[in-house]
Amino acid sequence: MNILFNGLSLGAIYALIALGYTMVYGIAKMLNFAHGDVIMVGAYALLVTLNLQGHIALGVVVSVVVCTVAGIVIEKLAYKPLRGASPLAVLITAIGVSYLLQSVSQLIFGAAPQPITIGNFGTVNLFGAEISTSTILTLVVGSVIMACLTVFIKKTRTGRAMVAVSEDRGAALLMGINVNRIIMITFAIGSALAACASVFYLMQIPSLEPTLGSMPGIKAFTAAVIGGIGSIPGAMLGGVLLGVIEKVCLSIPALSPYTTAVEFGLLIVILLVRPIGLLGKKRREKV
Amino acid sequence: MALLEVKDLQVYYGVICALKGISFEVNQGEIVSLIGANGAGKTTTMQSIAGLIPIKGGVVNYDGQPINKVPGHKLVKMGMSQVPEGRRVFQELTVYENLVMGAYTQKDKKKIKEDIDEICTRFPRLGERKKQIAGTLSGGEQQMLAMGRAMMSHPKLLMLDEPSMGLSPLLVDEVFNIIKDYHKSGTTILLVEQNAKKALAVSDRAYVLETGSIAASGKASDLMNDESIKKAYLGE
Repeated sequence: MNILFNGLSLGAIYALIALGYTMVYGIAKMLNFAHGDVIMVGAYALLVTLNLQGHIALGVVVSVVVCTVAGIVIEKLAYKPLRGASPLAVLITAIGVSYLLQSVSQLIFGAAPQPITIGNFGTVNLFGAEISTSTILTLVVGSVIMACLTVFIKKTRTGRAMVAVSEDRGAALLMGINVNRIIMITFAIGSALAACASVFYLMQIPSLEPTLGSMPGIKAFTAAVIGGIGSIPGAMLGGVLLGVIEKVCLSIPALSPYTTAVEFGLLIVILLVRPIGLLGKKRREKV
Repeated sequence: MALLEVKDLQVYYGVICALKGISFEVNQGEIVSLIGANGAGKTTTMQSIAGLIPIKGGVVNYDGQPINKVPGHKLVKMGMSQVPEGRRVFQELTVYENLVMGAYTQKDKKKIKEDIDEICTRFPRLGERKKQIAGTLSGGEQQMLAMGRAMMSHPKLLMLDEPSMGLSPLLVDEVFNIIKDYHKSGTTILLVEQNAKKALAVSDRAYVLETGSIAASGKASDLMNDESIKKAYLGE
C-alpha cells in the first residue's frame, strides 16, 4: 500500500515535469533538454526564500514565479532566434542552456549538496498503512494541477490556440493566432509546473545541488516518450507508470539495484513495440 | 481602389528564386484569379502575402498600407483571411471547434455562435457534422470546413488557394458556386487555381503565372479567348 502511494506521488512529480517536455515538444516542436534544470532553479529559489526566513508558502510562490520567468527568458533569448533553424541546432542549444544553468548555479551556490527542510508533515493512517502526509499532498495537489491544465487546454481560447499551433503552426497563424506568444505561454506553463515538481521533489529528497534536475529531468523525459511525446494525457500516464515502477522495483531487494535499468528498459521495449508511445498519435500523411 | 497591391514581389527558398518580382492588384469588390501550372509560384505568392514565408523584396500593400513587416497573425484582424492549399483543417478538433478557431480574432461569443449557425446554413453538410472530428471528414467536406473557417473572421479579402484540388467535378462546381455566392455578399476574392477554366469563369480579372513571373494578365473573358492561353491552360 505504502509502495503504491509512494509510487503514485513520485509518478505525479514525473508527470508534472513530463508535461513541460511534452507541451513544449508538441507546440514548439523542440526537445527542451534544459527543462530538468528549471527544476533545479526552482529548488534554489525555494532554498533562498527559506534561508531568508520566508514561509514555505512564500517559497513555493517565489519558486513558481522564478521558474516561469526563467522559462520565458530562456525561450526568448535561446530558442526564439532559432525558430526555423534545423532541429539539431535547437537541440544543441538546449543542451548548452542546460549546462549554462548548472554552471551558473554552481558559481552562486557552490557544488556541494545543501540540505533543505520543508517541515515534517507527519503521517496519516490510510487503509491501514502509515503514509506520509507529503506523499498525499504531492498526489492530491499534483492531480489538481493536472486537472486544471486539462480544463485550461480544452476550454479556454488560449488552450485551444495551443492545440491549433501544435497541430499546424501555419494554419494557426492564418487564424490570427500569435504563434510566438503561444510558444512563450507554453514555456511559462511548463516551467511553472517544473517549479511545483521541484517543491514536491525536495519533500522526498531534502538535499539540493546544481545537478539536481538531471535525473528527474531524464526520468520525466522518458515518461513523456513512454506516454507518447506531444500528448498531454500521455505524459501524465507515462509519469505515473514510471513512478510506480520505480518504487515497486526499489521495494524488491533482488531488483532494487537495477531500478534505473528497468525503467529505461521499459522505454526501449515501448519504443520497439509502439514507437509513438502509449497514447501518442500517428502523424497523418499530408494529402 | 486597390485593396491588395503587390509590387515587384520576390521570394526565395534558400538560393532558389521562387518569385522573380511579380506585380498585381486586387480591387475592392473584384474576384481576381492567379492561374498557372504546378510550381509556377501561386502558393508561394499566397503564403508570402499572408506572412507564412518571408518576403525578400518588393512591396505588398493592403488596404492602403504596406504589410511586408506586419506579423501574419495581425493580418486576420485587418480583414485578410486565407483558405490554405490542402485545406489544413485542424484534424484533431471537431467541425465546431474548427469554426471557433476561425473566429479566434472575434471577441463576441454570441456573435460567434450566430456566425457558426450562418456557416452551417451556407454549408448544410457542416451543420450535420458539427460534432465530428475534422480528420474523419471527406476531402470535399474538409474543403467546405476550411472555407467556412476562413469566413468566420468576416474577411474583407478572402484568399483561396486551390480550393478545387482533389475534388470530384460535382464538388468543384459546388465550391465555385459558393465562392460566387460569397462574393455577392460583398467580399473581395483572390483565387489561386490550376483549374484555369473554372477560375476564369468566375473571375473579373486574372493573372497567368509562369515559373515565378507574370506571363499574361487581363480581363478573365479576354484571357479565356486568348489562343495561347487556351492552348497552354484550357486544354483546347
